Parts: sequence; C-alpha cells; structure tokens
Amino acid sequence: MNAPTSLPATEAERKPLTKKELVAEHPTWCPGCGDYSVLALYYKMIERQKLHQEKFVSVSGIGCSSRFPYFVQAHGVHFIHGRSLPFATGVALARPDLHVFVFGGDGDLFSIGGNHMVHAARKNTKMSVVCMDNYVYGLTKKQTSPTSPIGYKSKTDNWGAVDQPLNPVKMVIACGATFVARTTHTNPNHLLETMEAAMHHDGFSVIECLSECVEFYPGAFDSANPRKGGQFLTVPADHDVTNEAAAYKLADAPFPGYFGVFYNVNRPSKNAREAKVNATAMEKFKGLKDWQILKKTMERMK
Amino acid sequence: MSEASISSGAAGGPSHVSKISEAVIRIAGNSQDGIQAIGGFLARLAGRSEQEVITFMTIPSTISGGPSIFQVRIGTGEVLSAGDEADLLVAFYQHSYNDHLNSLKKGGLVLYDCDHVEPNPAYEAQYRHIKVPVSSLTVEAIGGAGRDKGKNIFVLGLLAKMYALNVEKLVGLVSERFRGKDPSVLQNALGAFNAGYAYSLDKAVETFQFAGELAGRGSQVVMTGNEAIAYGAVAAGIRFGAAYPITPSSEIMEILRHELPKYGGSFIQCEDEIASMSMALGASYAGRLAITSSSGPGISLKMEAVGWGIMAEVPVIIVDVQRGGPSTGLPTQVEQSDLNIAVYGSHGDAPRIVIAPTSVEDAFYTTIEATNLARKYSVPVFILSDQAIATRIEAFPEPDLEKICQDIMPSLDPVESHKAYDLAAPDGLVAHKPPGTRMLDGRYPVVTGLEHDEYGHPSGSAKLHTVMTAKRRKKIQALAATLPAPAVYGAPEGDVLLITWGSAKGPAQEVVDRAQKAGERISALNIRYIQPLPGGLEAIFDRFKHLFVVELNDEGLYGFGQLAGLLRSVYCRKNITGINKTEGLTWKVREIHDLVHAKLAALKS
Ligand SMILES: Cc1ncc(C[n+]2csc(CCOP(=O)(O)OP(=O)(O)O)c2C)c(N)n1
Ligand code: SF4
Ligand SMILES: [Mg+2]
Repeated sequence: MNAPTSLPATEAERKPLTKKELVAEHPTWCPGCGDYSVLALYYKMIERQKLHQEKFVSVSGIGCSSRFPYFVQAHGVHFIHGRSLPFATGVALARPDLHVFVFGGDGDLFSIGGNHMVHAARKNTKMSVVCMDNYVYGLTKKQTSPTSPIGYKSKTDNWGAVDQPLNPVKMVIACGATFVARTTHTNPNHLLETMEAAMHHDGFSVIECLSECVEFYPGAFDSANPRKGGQFLTVPADHDVTNEAAAYKLADAPFPGYFGVFYNVNRPSKNAREAKVNATAMEKFKGLKDWQILKKTMERMK
Repeated sequence: MSEASISSGAAGGPSHVSKISEAVIRIAGNSQDGIQAIGGFLARLAGRSEQEVITFMTIPSTISGGPSIFQVRIGTGEVLSAGDEADLLVAFYQHSYNDHLNSLKKGGLVLYDCDHVEPNPAYEAQYRHIKVPVSSLTVEAIGGAGRDKGKNIFVLGLLAKMYALNVEKLVGLVSERFRGKDPSVLQNALGAFNAGYAYSLDKAVETFQFAGELAGRGSQVVMTGNEAIAYGAVAAGIRFGAAYPITPSSEIMEILRHELPKYGGSFIQCEDEIASMSMALGASYAGRLAITSSSGPGISLKMEAVGWGIMAEVPVIIVDVQRGGPSTGLPTQVEQSDLNIAVYGSHGDAPRIVIAPTSVEDAFYTTIEATNLARKYSVPVFILSDQAIATRIEAFPEPDLEKICQDIMPSLDPVESHKAYDLAAPDGLVAHKPPGTRMLDGRYPVVTGLEHDEYGHPSGSAKLHTVMTAKRRKKIQALAATLPAPAVYGAPEGDVLLITWGSAKGPAQEVVDRAQKAGERISALNIRYIQPLPGGLEAIFDRFKHLFVVELNDEGLYGFGQLAGLLRSVYCRKNITGINKTEGLTWKVREIHDLVHAKLAALKS
C-alpha cells in the first residue's frame, strides 16, 4: 500500500502519555469489576511503551468489557457484537503502522465471535487480543457464557449450566494463534507483563484474562487469588513455549490452572505474507503510475 | 429439406451477400464446449471494429457442465439489449436444436452439427437449415487428439466467413488467447479456425456483411459487468477489499485479489460475509476506503454491520450482484429483487445510498461515483448490479484513465481538534479522520454504533438521538438536492411512461423505439439513484397517463414490484403500477411491449 502520505514525524523527545492524558469518560462498570484493573494496566503499558495516540487503536465488540475504548483517550472503535476481530484485521492489514488492540468478553470473542476467532488466529494477523473472561454474560445480566463451568446457575440455566465450557487457550492454539497467554486481573504485574509481551509479538496474540464479574459471578476466581486463599500457579519454568502439545496439556489443568505464556512461536504474519505478495506484484510494474498499470491491463481487454 | 438448405459440398447457386446493420447470433451447446469463448471472441472483435455489442449467456448451475447458450448481438447502430430473437442459431447437439429453434426469427438460419443433430422436418419448412459436420471436420483438421476441443474455433471460422468478419483481427485475438501455452495449442486453434473459414458455405447460402463501422468510436475495451466493477474500483483508488465467494459475484473478488497487489493494495477472502463486511469497514475506518461484493444470501448476512457503518458514519462500498431469491434461490439466474434490502435492510432508521448501474460501461463509472459519494457523505453505498449485467460482455470507449484514476489516500496530518459527529457541520458532513491522526487538543473520537455525542461517546439522551438521527438523514437529503432529474427517453409526454432501473433500461428503450414507429405514445425513464431518489420526478410523472414500472421481481402482496412500491410510497400516485416477471431471465423487448398492450387493454375494459 502506498505508505500513508505525510505521517507526522514523531518527535523522539515527546513525553510518554500520562494516565491523566489517557483517561476519557469515567468507566460505567460496577464498582469492583475486574475490568478496571485491565484498563489501569493498559494505561500503564501505553505509558511505559511510549505509545502516542497516533500509534495505536483500541477495538471492541459488545459487552461490559467491550465498553473499554470509551475509557481510553485515543482512537477507538466500538463495533458490533462478536465481530471485532474481522474489523480489527481490516484495520491491521490496511495500516501496518498502527498497534491494534482488541478487547472483548468471553461471549463476544468465543460465542457469537467464535468463528471469527478461528479464522483470525489462522490468518495470524498482527494484533493483540485481550479476552476479559468472567465466565458469564455481564451486560445482558447473567446468562450462561461459553466459558461458564458446568453447574453455574445463570438465568438461562436456573438449575446450573449443562454444556461443556470451552477452553479458550486450547482453542486458540488449535486455530493457529502464535502467542497465547493466560493471566488474571488480580495480579497487576503479571497482567502488565503479559500485555507488553503480547504487544511485541509479531503475529496474532491472545490473552485470556480472568476478570471477575462482581455482580453476576462474584468469587468465581477466588481460588486463583492468593489473597482469597487461592493459589496463583505460573507456567513451569521448564515449559517449552514452542511445543504445541505441551502447551495444550498445560492448558488442560483443572481450574485455576496455570498463568503465563503457554505458546509463543514465530510464523509469518498475514501482514508479512500480504506484503510479500505485494512486493512481487509491484516489482513488475516498477516506475509506473497507477493509471498506467490499469491501462496496461486494459490493453488486454481490447 | 427446404430449398435454402445445403448439404456440404453440394453445388448451389451463386452466393448472395446481404448488407446488415446488426446480427443476433445464438450459440447453443454444452458449457464445456467453449461456446462462451466463441461469444467472447466475437464480442472483442466488435470492440476492435468500433461496433456495439451486448451478449447474453446462461450457465448451468452445476459445475459438471450441461446445456448452455451464448447470444451475441453485434451492430453498427446503438445496441440496447442482447436481442429478442436470433438471426442465426448454431446448434451443437440435438437438445440445443430442440430447445432453441423457437428463439430464431421466422425464416432465420440454423447451422447445425450434423454429426449430432437430426433436423426436424417440420422445422425445415420454417427455418433455413445449414448442415455442417462440425465434429468430424474439426477432427479432420486438427487430428483426433483434441477430441471435442476446437469445435468452437471451427465454428468461429465458419462465422467469420458467413459474416465477412475481419479475419486478420480474429486471428490476432485467437493468437493472443492461446499464445504462451504449448505451441501445439495455438497451432490447433488456428488449424480449426482455418478449416472452418475454408469450408465452402459460399455456394448456396446467404452471407452477410456489416454496413460500415461506427464512426468516431475510437478505441474500445470489452468486458463483463463484474470486470467493470472490479476495474472501476481500481480506477476509483480503492485499495482494500474483503469478500466471501458467492455466484454470481465471485469474479469481482477474484479479479481484485489478483489486481490490487499491483497497486499495493489487498483483497482478503474472509470466513463469511459478516466478517467481510466487518473487515471492509475496519479498513475504511483505518483510511483505506474498502469494497465488499456479494449476492443474495451474503447481502442478508452483512446487514447488521451495514447498520453500524450508517450509525458510525464510516464509508464503504457494497456490491450486490442480484440473483433470484429468497434464500439460495436461483444462484445463476437474474432477478431484481434486492432493491428492498439495499434500501431498507438492517434495523432502525438507517439511510444510505443505493445506485443501480444499467450497463457494463455504467457499472465501471458507477463504481467510481459510489466511491466518491461514500467518502463525501461518510456512508455505506450499495451498487445494485445483477447477474445479467455481471456476466454479459459489452464494448465501450476506452476510459481516459490518466484523467479518471484517482488517489484517495487520506491525509494523516495532525488536526487542531476533531468532532467525528459535529452537529454544526454544514449538511452534517464531516470528513472521516482515520486513526493515526494526531488531535492536538488531546481529544480523540470513538467511532461507534451506540447513539453518541459529537465525539462518539455514548448517550441515551432523547434529544441527542433525535438530532443525530436527523443528521444522518439530512446528509442523504443534501445529496438528493444535488441529483439532476433523469432524462426521459422518447417524447417528454404521452400515454405510457416505462420506468426502469438497472438492466431493464435497454430493452425498455427499445420498446420506445418500436412504439414510436407504430405511432404509440410510449416513453421510458430510467432511475439510477434508487436512494436517495433524484428531484424532478413529479414533473415528469405529471406528463404521462400511465406509469408502468418494469422490473424483474414479483408484483408483491399489494400488486407492486419493489421500485413501484417505493415510488408509490413517495409520490402517492395511483397510476404507478408494475410490469413484473420472475423467470430468472432478462426482459425481451417484445415481452415488455406485449405486457404494455395487455395492461392498457385491461385498463380500458
Ligand atoms: C447481535 C447481538 N446479539 C445479542 C446482543 C446482546 N448482547 C450484548 S453483550 C452480550 C453478551 C456479553 O457477554 P460477554 O461478551 O461475555 O461480555 P461481558 O459483558 O461479560 O463483559 C449479548 C448477548 C447484541 N448486542 N448483539
Ligand atoms: S456486570 Fe459484571 S462484568 Fe459488567 S460491569 Fe458489572 S461487574 Fe463488570
Ligand atoms: Mg463475559
């Protein structure tokens, strides 16, 4: 693509954005909602990574967690339920100069958007996806989600959820994501580190971040929180993050399972593969203006 | 055998050469015989000969092939449709002969492959038969290796002789087509062509010669409607697209997938149409105005995201190559039954732009126009094409590419401040600012499908929803105010006005030409801007007694087709009624004309 005309030269000395500059409207989440901590650490990551607003964009679907872009003073998109990934793919492929972050819930990314997750992972387009997984539909007030454990009593399963929950980590590894990690809102340092690692990954990175819905599923993740008597087990140091089968096996551990990077490999991103297609195609028409290329094509239609 | 028929090698009287201004040739065979290729060569020859041409073809809906026809109408005058009846039928098989003789003009010619066809004596009295052992002569010319291959090129040679076509140009076209393959392929093709050309038709049959070329046509390009949209998008400066394959629109994505990389762009095949609509919107939001193309079922799937584009005020181009519906419907046949979904589809009050091109050439320029309207009005624009326009071949003057090709890359220069949904903007028009733009006041837009304030922050305020809904509507009304009234074809007043959209325009105009000769007061009016409608229609409607809307869709629950329903709701005229059909085929001129007479008779009684 013709590089964006006139990219403003980023002055190297520009100060990192402060939280004050990044705060937009006050979040509409319930007090105590796990999503606050994801937001706070996103601000921190932007500050630490010295990102300015012309360098990134936050995209989301629909759900409590998907309100995220409104709370960040930067370019943002609040798209429709479940379709943030193809939208973000369009942004990322059209504008390789931007960091694309996607925020969404378990319902948004794994139920209505499940098929898009399959194909976004397969394409390996460069972007970072944070699934704020609360094991429930928050915005629509307590229906069963694709990650609700069997037995969870929701308004759509009064007697307790009956369908097998899906395992986001296993699913996205199987679909071809090249960076897959798991973290939780109650461990700020871990969450920040994980987001930073995902941002620097050259491909499709997915983070499952347990994020408690205090309104409809309080205490869901206590057993992963040492302050609530649970345990926070990190991925064992000897785990080989390039070993797909090992990552899969690790992700199968019963709740609360492990936290950290399960899988991290380098496979050419969609961006890189499309760039290669373009370089080959453009080579043949070097030096020609667009209208001259089209004229050449039309010569064959006479 | 009738008098005019000949058998090969029979000595006949001297040949008779008739000067003609146009010819309609129908080639009937199976799709695997390459009959489309014969039609394609004829159409391109017409393009190179400054003649007008319109083709029509049917394709079997199964891949394994089956009966298929290709009709081409070539003329040195204005050609408005593919022609009702053929002057010549080329029949490859018995089924071709049996099924298509009735599409011949009375006294027309049928050239049949006597290796496969047994003529019907009843028909021999009505039509002039030409018997040619096409299959065996082709084998004789190029050997058995090619088997059935090459029959089409043999027939092309026959036609070249019959119509005194420019052999040099034809051989040039055939050579271009087969060059680059195994040399024996070109050699065989030329062998077949020459054998066909050398075949002695000239003894007894009438042969033809086109009376001159169209003066001043200049260089022409020859393409299908799908190609026109794809290359129109390239000319328009579109450098991103996303789609999911579906007949009869897939060609657009196939071409753009191949072409856009030459210009540094990308076309992405998605998992489904929801994803492709979303991806196109994502790229548009990001500053690369994008195109998506689909048909019936895929258009249905796109609708929630289209509504987002309208609410969020993000431009995008949606091509709907209409086919018979609902549901999977008639995948390879034409219908104009998506007007309603293009105009009204998606929930809520969601005004957008809908344009219906009428020909291949118009499809090319419409795509450029749609691009510019989408950008100016920050709104999704539908291009309502159809299967007939998509697959037919036309020749049209080569576009002045240096002049029309445009660069639409947006500026990413910093701006002082930006309200994405500025209520004070004239006509509500705010140029979209893509991400990457620095806002010097530190306030950034969220582009959203929730009702919002001027910066894109959500608001449930009753007042805001009212003014924002009005803003989205007023943009489109502002466009309507700039659209000129369409021109009436024929007399400016009369008894009947045939109102058309899309591919019905050409046949309706031919009805007007015929009616004029018969002293009937019939005119035609084509509406290209379906949404918003242009001004000035009322003044035109006032001058006609009957307003018949000719469209390829059902008369509906209340007796009106889809455009008729829209026009009635806007203009409240009882004299707007419909002429409709749902056969999966384009209009014939005679068909419309007869229906006009029938309607008039019914109205009198
Ligand atoms: C097409 C469509 N269907 C349904 C909805 C209603 N809806 C909004 S959010 C949501 C589920 C949200 O759950 P999740 O994605 O887990 O997000 P959370 O609120 O838990 O963060 C649903 C069903 C919608 N907005 N659009
Ligand atoms: S309902 Fe649950 S997920 Fe939504 S804001 Fe409240 S606590 Fe958070
Ligand atoms: Mg949830």
